[in-house]
Amino acid sequence: MLIKRILRRIGFWIAMVLFALFAIFPAAYMLISAFKQDGDLYNVANNPFLFNLPPTFKNIEFLFTETQYATFLWNSFFIGLLVVIITLLLAVPAAYSLSRLVGRRGAQSGIAIFLVYLIPPTLLFIPLFQLITTINAANTIWSLVLVYPTITVPFCTWLLLGFFKSMPRELEEAALIDGYSRWQAFLRVALPLAGPGIATCVVFAFALTLSDYIYAATFVSSTASRTISAGVPIVLISGDIYFWQALMAATAIVTIPLAIAYGLLFGKLVKGFQTEPASGT
Amino acid sequence: MAATESAMRRGSAGQRRAGVGDRGGPLGGLMLAPAVIYIVALVGVPFVMAIALSLSSATIGNPSIHGFIGLQNYFTVVHEAAFPIALRNSVIVTIATLVLVVILATAESELLARDFRGKWFWQILIILPWAMPVSLAAVNWLWLLDSEFSPVDWILRQIGVLGPGSLLGPAGHLYYYGREGVGLAAMTAINVWRLLPLGTIIVLAGRTAIPHDIYEQAQVDGAGFFRVLFRITVPALAPILVVVAVFAALVVFGDMAIVAITTHGGPGYSTQLLPYWAYLKGIEGGALGEGAAVALYMFPILLAAAILALRMAYRSENG
Repeated sequence: MLIKRILRRIGFWIAMVLFALFAIFPAAYMLISAFKQDGDLYNVANNPFLFNLPPTFKNIEFLFTETQYATFLWNSFFIGLLVVIITLLLAVPAAYSLSRLVGRRGAQSGIAIFLVYLIPPTLLFIPLFQLITTINAANTIWSLVLVYPTITVPFCTWLLLGFFKSMPRELEEAALIDGYSRWQAFLRVALPLAGPGIATCVVFAFALTLSDYIYAATFVSSTASRTISAGVPIVLISGDIYFWQALMAATAIVTIPLAIAYGLLFGKLVKGFQTEPASGT
Repeated sequence: MAATESAMRRGSAGQRRAGVGDRGGPLGGLMLAPAVIYIVALVGVPFVMAIALSLSSATIGNPSIHGFIGLQNYFTVVHEAAFPIALRNSVIVTIATLVLVVILATAESELLARDFRGKWFWQILIILPWAMPVSLAAVNWLWLLDSEFSPVDWILRQIGVLGPGSLLGPAGHLYYYGREGVGLAAMTAINVWRLLPLGTIIVLAGRTAIPHDIYEQAQVDGAGFFRVLFRITVPALAPILVVVAVFAALVVFGDMAIVAITTHGGPGYSTQLLPYWAYLKGIEGGALGEGAAVALYMFPILLAAAILALRMAYRSENG
């Protein structure tokens, strides 16, 4: 029995280490590359995982002094923040309304919302680009602020719909009997209880916004308005020349803080999905 | 089992009851309206415009929707040599990714469902791929699988399976993004890598719906680890695994960042995927109508797959 338990433990940790290695292997190599000198990086005889020449901060310096990386960072975070706010303002009331206020059919609209999510950006970006040109928003960060909620609103509404549906109605009903209006019951009772769902929405809206490539690459062509997602590959890859160390540094600077933040929120994210699954039944 | 789960879920979801405040009068509409108006304006209208574009002879030089030519664009693109290849590749990469993500996410959730010391640290490592924007993940993997300096090739050479006179051939490099098979495999690997954290999170959420006493009963009965996994956990998770599969499929099938940054669809059309081909046709090639037609071919496929999957989820939940 004891041997069996020890074997299980060993099995557990081997599996854990393998999964973790798979997750961080590309990023670990990225991190090492970011600090390498040219002579070290571009030598096939070298062990790629070791510093054969002393590490350098030159690549990060290059990123911040010779390129507009800092601007990309700022644009991405600014756009992300605005999109999160817009998404919450649209999705939270919509999900609540569907789950409680518009009757049975509303509560079953999960699939309908999911269908909106089925229309990929690849299909929408040409007409959306024409739309944005007509309102003179092309080439500005506002074009992206306007368009990104198309990705985040359906997802967050769908997620929150499940969340509100799985919340007991009794509390709000008690509040209504106590003389609260529907709106007050929503604000004071339902909203605080939806905390984990809303937190998950914030993380997702931000992550989806940051991750978009197609809109960022097509709607904005001036360097000053680019986001990291499109700016880094476009500026640091010119034709056949890849600024590998700078590319890796640019990726690491974004990824590592976010990985820590998302990792610490891991339990919350799981809670956010703890609702009835997508079906909308 | 599925029946217990669904009954339990229904219980916690609160019985539907008419009466007190079930309808909010005008408030319901007011709260719903902003989202609906926004989605209609920025998804509905462009979707219709995309359909109109696909039926027109619009080009990038003259982008207004004009010159109705019926289904001409749809016939033109289907007869191009690249179409069947791009369609096949998209389907291969999507299915391979979703199968692997479902299997690996189930396994990973088996680990993370336990409590152990330093769990937060492992969660940070596990979630990392998801924190990386797709295009940067593609750049990361482009460098990881570089034709000359790939550390994966280096490891393979060190352990003697790559290089002159060895198992994987004399070249010393696998040239991941320059060959059809490995190119598609590499793109699948990138997709699996970046979607596994999300898949694991969703599966973990689904696990909490499995009642604990079933496990306790299994333990009393002396069921082993794998017996519990395949007899209890996996069947109970079936609906949520379908959700994971649909998510993975949607994200992978519609994505063009990975192919655009890694293989560019080449050599030739051998690793082309539908969304990137649509982009190349519509934007780079300037034939907006044809590009829209290619993109629209994706829609019914996505729709059919999603409906099928959600139906299966619904069935197993009520079965």
